[in-house]
Amino acid sequence: MAGKVENSKKYSPKLGKKELDLLTRLSNALSVSGDEQEVREIVYEELKPLDLPMHTDAMGNVLVRHEGKGKDRLKVMIATHMDEVGMMMTKEDGDGLFEFVVIGGVDPRQLVGKPVIVGRKHVPGVIGAKAIHLTTKEEREQVLKVNSLRIDVGLGGSKLVEIGDRATFATSLAVLGPSLRGKALDDRLGVFNLIQLLKNAPENIDLLAAFTVQEELGLRGATVAAYHFNPDIGIAMDSTPANDMPHFDGEANHTHNTKLDGGPAIYLMDGATIGDHRLVKWLTETAEAEKIPWQYRQPGRGGTDAGAIHKTRAGVPSVSVSVPQRYLHSPAGIVRIDDELNTLKLMHAALSRLDKSILKPQENK
Amino acid sequence: MTFEILPFLKSMISVAGLSGYETPIRDVITPVWQDLSDRTWVSSHGSLHAMRYGEGAEPRPKVMIAAHMDAIGLMVTAIENEFLRITQVGGVDPRILPGQMVTVHGSKSGEMVELPGMVVMPPAHLLPKDGKSGPLPQKYLFVDTGLRAKEVDKLVRVGDVISFATDPRELSGDTISGHTLDNRASVAATTVALDELSRRKHLWDVIAVATSQEEVGGIGAKGSSFDIMPDFAIVIDVTFANGPGGGGIGIFELGKTVPITWGACDHPALYDAMKAVADEYEIPVTRDFSPSGSGTDAYDVQIAQAGIPVVELGIPLRYMHTPVEVVSIKDIKRAGRLMAEFISSLPLDFMNTVRWE
Repeated sequence: MAGKVENSKKYSPKLGKKELDLLTRLSNALSVSGDEQEVREIVYEELKPLDLPMHTDAMGNVLVRHEGKGKDRLKVMIATHMDEVGMMMTKEDGDGLFEFVVIGGVDPRQLVGKPVIVGRKHVPGVIGAKAIHLTTKEEREQVLKVNSLRIDVGLGGSKLVEIGDRATFATSLAVLGPSLRGKALDDRLGVFNLIQLLKNAPENIDLLAAFTVQEELGLRGATVAAYHFNPDIGIAMDSTPANDMPHFDGEANHTHNTKLDGGPAIYLMDGATIGDHRLVKWLTETAEAEKIPWQYRQPGRGGTDAGAIHKTRAGVPSVSVSVPQRYLHSPAGIVRIDDELNTLKLMHAALSRLDKSILKPQENK
Repeated sequence: MTFEILPFLKSMISVAGLSGYETPIRDVITPVWQDLSDRTWVSSHGSLHAMRYGEGAEPRPKVMIAAHMDAIGLMVTAIENEFLRITQVGGVDPRILPGQMVTVHGSKSGEMVELPGMVVMPPAHLLPKDGKSGPLPQKYLFVDTGLRAKEVDKLVRVGDVISFATDPRELSGDTISGHTLDNRASVAATTVALDELSRRKHLWDVIAVATSQEEVGGIGAKGSSFDIMPDFAIVIDVTFANGPGGGGIGIFELGKTVPITWGACDHPALYDAMKAVADEYEIPVTRDFSPSGSGTDAYDVQIAQAGIPVVELGIPLRYMHTPVEVVSIKDIKRAGRLMAEFISSLPLDFMNTVRWE
């Protein structure tokens, strides 16, 4: 499997103005599961100059094929999801107030007192809360339930908003010293990285890029994308929690999942997939060889698009690589720029040394 | 300079200015009030005073308009690695905090630095048993600035203030949303009044006061009232607008009315006089009941020195003490105009009519 590295051109990803602009557009886009149009448009716009075979499938996945050179190329599917968790407006109460429901895993405690954007026009709205002055102690001991909250777009409502519109947090991407703070970095970092991989695609493989829909609703887009591509191996590039903060009573935190500044997180096992041993080894050996910091995601629960890909057709050896991120599924997550760029660097270096020998059956040790 | 309400209000709700730390907001208000008054000065507790001389013969009577300018917010209590533990300044419902964008006001070699950050909720497994689904007490919350521990150690100290960082946003129906519209909406209304008064005759001296430390107990208003000792005072603060979770007495529709307060802090003769002016100029007003006294600066103004008669106006506001408060611009303009009409209508012997039956 560890093919020759000489034929790969060195790739050193950077986060310059152009890249930051793309990441900002991706992060700020409203692309809630089931309505991924805004990110789909950005993907098309970015990839158009590459003139690659590209289509949108029945579910809305964007599927792009970059064929390499030479014989007997490995078909490598990489999936990153375009959707994010969010809300849908369900009923107008009058006075500019809308009932809404949550789409995907959002803790209702994250909703209260937040600015939001609604629909394709990004109409501003807010989710308010009853004034503290009017609440009783008993009330303050209860979580505000979603059905008691409203999205308020202002008096008289807006002609630009109607029930059925999706909404999300009105968070703009910001650079905070060594970090990025933005909404939907789960998984727009992956979308960004896959765009960069296509722009700098290694020639030794066929790169089958799937920008998937509805990951947050159960890996649904990846299921049909993997069937379509029928790949030799599958990789999900996603983002995974970094729970690297102090335990409330000062105990050592052994359940951090990942840590910021630890580098790309390679998956051995999550709730959906046992990472293929050969692929795990390939990634960790590449990281060591290229002196890229890396970490194992602590084996545990959760899942990525790999959970759907590896069960496709007769089975596809699969693995996941994630950018560690704090506070996923909240108004904003925080990631280290170094972790993001090292993830991209690792993926490029790893793909560049890949050939069919990786599929040789391997003994479990 | 022409005074424009919307940009001024937006600039006011784009800065910090927590109780006791009002410099940033005072610096925004000062140049605007300087243009609309004869002199300005700052009180010992940091309230901003702006005096417009009346045209009456000396010694002239004087009216004070008090609107507090301070903001609720947070303060650093401890630093653990790069994470900041917090407490609150003023009344903050901890249920609004997880996921809230904030600015940490740190310092670097004596210079202030503003660090963007975010209030965060640790995952359930790092919290006590009830942390999984119940409201999280603020002692379990952190602020994360995205900086590494080494940087945080250089820039942040226990006691640094943390302000809300929600951007001002215009919503439909001539409304605006943001943090600290309580009570900068009233500072805007007071400025509307000063602007109106700059174009018309008024016999009385007018002293506008942007008070400090209202959110921690009327501290600025107390000292300023003593210092100025007006013949009577208008106190303007936000009041509750109807909206999700709201209802009952003292709840007003947005964009429809100027509430005038009726209760223990309010002199009935002043209420009647204010109501009469509103009726004359067809400004819609509603009685706002505050039976046992008001939770505003009026509570402290009323008992300064030998006592000051007070009339209180309100601006209906949704989601009070959250960073997404909502007010109607129309309400602010109306309240400002009502104050200007009232003050310019005052005869020199007006206090003879402010009597108990």
